[in-house]
Amino acid sequence: MKTMLNALKDRRLELGAAADAAPQGNWRSARDADGVVWLVLDRPDKSVNVIDRAVLEELNAHLERLEAERPRAVVIRSGKSAGFAAGADIRQFTGASIEDMQRLLTEGHAVFDRLERLSSLTIAVIHGHCLGGGLELALACKRRIATADATLGFPEVMLGLHPGLGGTFRSIAVADPVEAMTMMLTGRSLPARKAKSIGLVDAVVEERHVAAAVRAAAAGQLAGAKADLKDRALSLRPARSFAASRMRKTAAEKAPKEHYPAPYALIDLWEAHGGDRKAMQAAEIDSFARLITSDTAQSLIRVFFLREAMKGQKQGKSAIRHVHVVGAGAMGGDIAAWAAKEGFDVTLADVANASIGKAVKAATKMLQATLKDPVKVRDALDRLVPDPQGHGVRHADIVIEAVPEKLELKRSIYAAIEPRLKEGALLATNTSAIPLDELVAGLRDPSRFVGLHFFNPVSRMQLVEIVSHAAIHAETRRRAIAFATELSRLPAAVASAPGFLVNRSLTPYIAEALILADEGIPKERIDHAAEAFGMPMGPIELIDQVGIDVALDVVDGLRPVMHGFPQAPEWLRQKRADGKLGRKSGEGLYRYDSEGKPAKQSLDALPDSAPNDPDIADRLILPMLNAVVACLREGVVEEEDIADGAMIFGTGFAPFRGGPIHYARRRGIAEIVARMEALAERHGERFKPDAGWSDLEAR
Amino acid sequence: MARAVYLVDGARTPFLKARGKPGPFTPVDLAVQCGRPLLMRQSFDKDAIDLVILGCVNVIADEMNPARVALLRLGIPERIPAFTVQINCGSGMQSIDTAFRTIEGGHADIVLAGGTDALSHSPLVLRRGAVDWFARLNGARSTADRLKALTGLRPDFLKPMLGLERGLTDPITELNMGQTAEILAHLFDISREAADAYAAASHDRLDRATKEGWLKDEMLPAFSRDGEVFERDDGVRPGSSVESLGKLKPVFEKPYGKVTAGNASQITDGASWVILASEEAVERHGMTPLARIVDSHWGALDPSIMGLGPVLASAPILKRQAMSVADVGLWELNEAFAAQVLACLAALADETICRDVLDLEGLGGVIRHEDLNVDGGAISLGHPVGTSGNRITLHLANAMRRLGRKRGIATECIGGGQGGAMLLEAA
Repeated sequence: MKTMLNALKDRRLELGAAADAAPQGNWRSARDADGVVWLVLDRPDKSVNVIDRAVLEELNAHLERLEAERPRAVVIRSGKSAGFAAGADIRQFTGASIEDMQRLLTEGHAVFDRLERLSSLTIAVIHGHCLGGGLELALACKRRIATADATLGFPEVMLGLHPGLGGTFRSIAVADPVEAMTMMLTGRSLPARKAKSIGLVDAVVEERHVAAAVRAAAAGQLAGAKADLKDRALSLRPARSFAASRMRKTAAEKAPKEHYPAPYALIDLWEAHGGDRKAMQAAEIDSFARLITSDTAQSLIRVFFLREAMKGQKQGKSAIRHVHVVGAGAMGGDIAAWAAKEGFDVTLADVANASIGKAVKAATKMLQATLKDPVKVRDALDRLVPDPQGHGVRHADIVIEAVPEKLELKRSIYAAIEPRLKEGALLATNTSAIPLDELVAGLRDPSRFVGLHFFNPVSRMQLVEIVSHAAIHAETRRRAIAFATELSRLPAAVASAPGFLVNRSLTPYIAEALILADEGIPKERIDHAAEAFGMPMGPIELIDQVGIDVALDVVDGLRPVMHGFPQAPEWLRQKRADGKLGRKSGEGLYRYDSEGKPAKQSLDALPDSAPNDPDIADRLILPMLNAVVACLREGVVEEEDIADGAMIFGTGFAPFRGGPIHYARRRGIAEIVARMEALAERHGERFKPDAGWSDLEAR
Repeated sequence: MARAVYLVDGARTPFLKARGKPGPFTPVDLAVQCGRPLLMRQSFDKDAIDLVILGCVNVIADEMNPARVALLRLGIPERIPAFTVQINCGSGMQSIDTAFRTIEGGHADIVLAGGTDALSHSPLVLRRGAVDWFARLNGARSTADRLKALTGLRPDFLKPMLGLERGLTDPITELNMGQTAEILAHLFDISREAADAYAAASHDRLDRATKEGWLKDEMLPAFSRDGEVFERDDGVRPGSSVESLGKLKPVFEKPYGKVTAGNASQITDGASWVILASEEAVERHGMTPLARIVDSHWGALDPSIMGLGPVLASAPILKRQAMSVADVGLWELNEAFAAQVLACLAALADETICRDVLDLEGLGGVIRHEDLNVDGGAISLGHPVGTSGNRITLHLANAMRRLGRKRGIATECIGGGQGGAMLLEAA
């Protein structure tokens, strides 16, 4: 039987007169007895709305009709339960020339300008997600009513863009200009109440009061935005210049201009034209068209599609509801907490109650930071059940083992768990080091065993490597991939080989950094070279971050596939022996302050005599690319795109470079091979290009 | 023919002494802490539960009908009803009794019945005079009226009272619960030494039971948000003696009283659940019952001697079942106060009382100390008011099984002049 609430779900959205109107293309429209026209965006066969050319052309036709009909009011809202609209269709943005883009944008602007000029009172009713192009549509209306669950934002900056359908000048006209700029610069969405407080929407109501709120607005009882003193001041150039210079400074701390031009373009746009809407509109079109054809935007759009491709590997549902995690250490606790956050029933087992307690504490912190709402935090913590006795095993649809990397320990745990698993349950390991073919030995049914390699911290690292082995059943793999996406993580299917894809590729990067350090090159200089390339963290700091003990285990464990690399240096082992393990112990290769920030010397402060090597970046990055290529050749990972996505979402590989293989292709494979050969001559065999490069060239 | 009803399983949190500020768990938090692992170890799914009943006396404002809040937070399906019961100190047993009668009558097959209270969360309440003053201030329309109302402020209005203090005072007789124990000590001639000796044994018994692992399945660890793990009752003081307890001053009737903090129950946070099931449910889900619930009774008497409630509640059961005191192999008699427990024993052994008051001629007798509260009680582990009745019933079932006793009675006195009792039989 259905629950009552489920049975009533479809009655929720207030669609006014359009509730029963037949769809015409992407829209449904009808006029009610009070002369209010409801125009509902409801793209057929889609679960979310996006703004594309067809949507705009059809809207234009409706506007033409409404100009003649002159209804009292026009309500624009979405017929999708997910939200108003997720933005513009990015697919139309790839491969277009500057001129094409300018024409496309000018046409779009004409439609929104027409909407804005309509003599009727236009009211956007916004629920759920209202992003990018969707928000720009809403901003072209005279009033905006948001429901309490709405989130509004301009995520364009994440794609190397800024708003391009009028968002730049319409948002600053209705909302506090500095807040609106901040919103566009950060890409962060605002919840409805915050959007109201900055003037982006005029009212926030519950869904059940939408009809009444629309009636009130149509009767002239809902005031629109009014510019206040500060807004007026910012229409003057000197005030804007002052604010703009502060914005540039903040932007520079987050994203360097040479890699991420969009925020700077937006600040320039506003500084120059913030007081002149017409000029700003023309400049927005021009700037957007130039940005979208830039390498950065095209790479970031590629990353967007990589994410979609990784999610798209999901076929069907995992049929997993209850997750049992064995081992409440940092990883196990993190996985359990994340699964609880994502709505799964979770049991967390450990031999030590104190470890479970620590995990609950860490979970509380993560959930408070991510969910914010105390009720949601409480519910997620209620779903995370400490289970010292391991009763959860019998109920679990998947058991994830996350105990220390000891073969015998893991095997003994499987031996205890497997007989108690319910029919159809999966058994997974979070190992990053032990080959799965060794772990399956002794299992009664190895076909349901799979590797689920999460990255630390799970709340921020989106990748999960789905690790296969010889005896895995295809259904196990399918369900594991589906489960990862249901956890809002991105799966990458890999074969069981040392280090899988991500650790194997990251290890040469770390190992080469140690060699550079051995050559006397200051660690700050090494890290800076990697960060200038676009890595989120230099390799030396990364070693401290993962812990010198863990890093040494990984580097030592991967010796068989690290051709030509020397052993890790003795001084690093000494650090481990001395307990200087990195960030977690307050000192490793760097010293850390109480907030966990490393004490780094500024590059300018380094003595002129400090050794340097103009090849640092290539010496760090190319062996990493070489390892990815080897993984592709060996079939550790099958598709280039998945390899690129995995490296971006698992290591933070410079997103604006589109992934290691994409970067290699753009730089030129022949050039990279030649470069590696030159480095091999100078530094030895570890730079020898993998045989896979020629396959890559042929593809 | 009434259906057989079984007590199948149960669990409680460790009992946590109130330490002058709100503890880490609210009443429902506590119920969730022990309810989750209890349900996790069952052979049936949560949607096989027909009803949830929870006893709770000090309901906090954020958790009205804590039974329903607990049900939803435990992930029990929303279609299943839940209600909260309150008969003061008997609330946790009243939930079991209501579950028992509901299953017996064929209206449910599996019922989750519990008790919870977080006495450390009892609110501070405004004095009546202060409340009236606020009302006058709010009602004042003009500035003059407002000023006039303001002048009525008295300094003691700002001194809130502990809600718990009022809760432990009988409103009919204006006697504090501790004073009712003083009355019983006087009427039954219970000495300070006897009370202290009883209290010391309670601590030793609980300490031994914990160390022997006898509470392993009954008391499950609780995990707070700040990472603390609570694995044991934290009010236990093993090694207490008549000498050490003798040094404590009386708290309720100074300076001559006999009731001290050492021979009274502790003020504590804790929750307890039991699962009751019909015979059909036991068979269907392959459960292993701990005990069968045979009978229950609620008795009452003058509030000033409320501590004798167990006598008034147990006697009718003995009579109905044609049993004598000696036929009951094991007793859990809630330790509100040591003097009160000893007074109950004296009353049941008193021929005159048995004949004239209890209609129990020839069935009375002495409850041996080795058959009574064998693993400690509220003096050593605390008395979260709405929880204790549930805990003693659960513990009786577990202890009967461990000691191989055939029949047992769990009973408690109830502030306001009542008593509740349940008769269990080995399953």
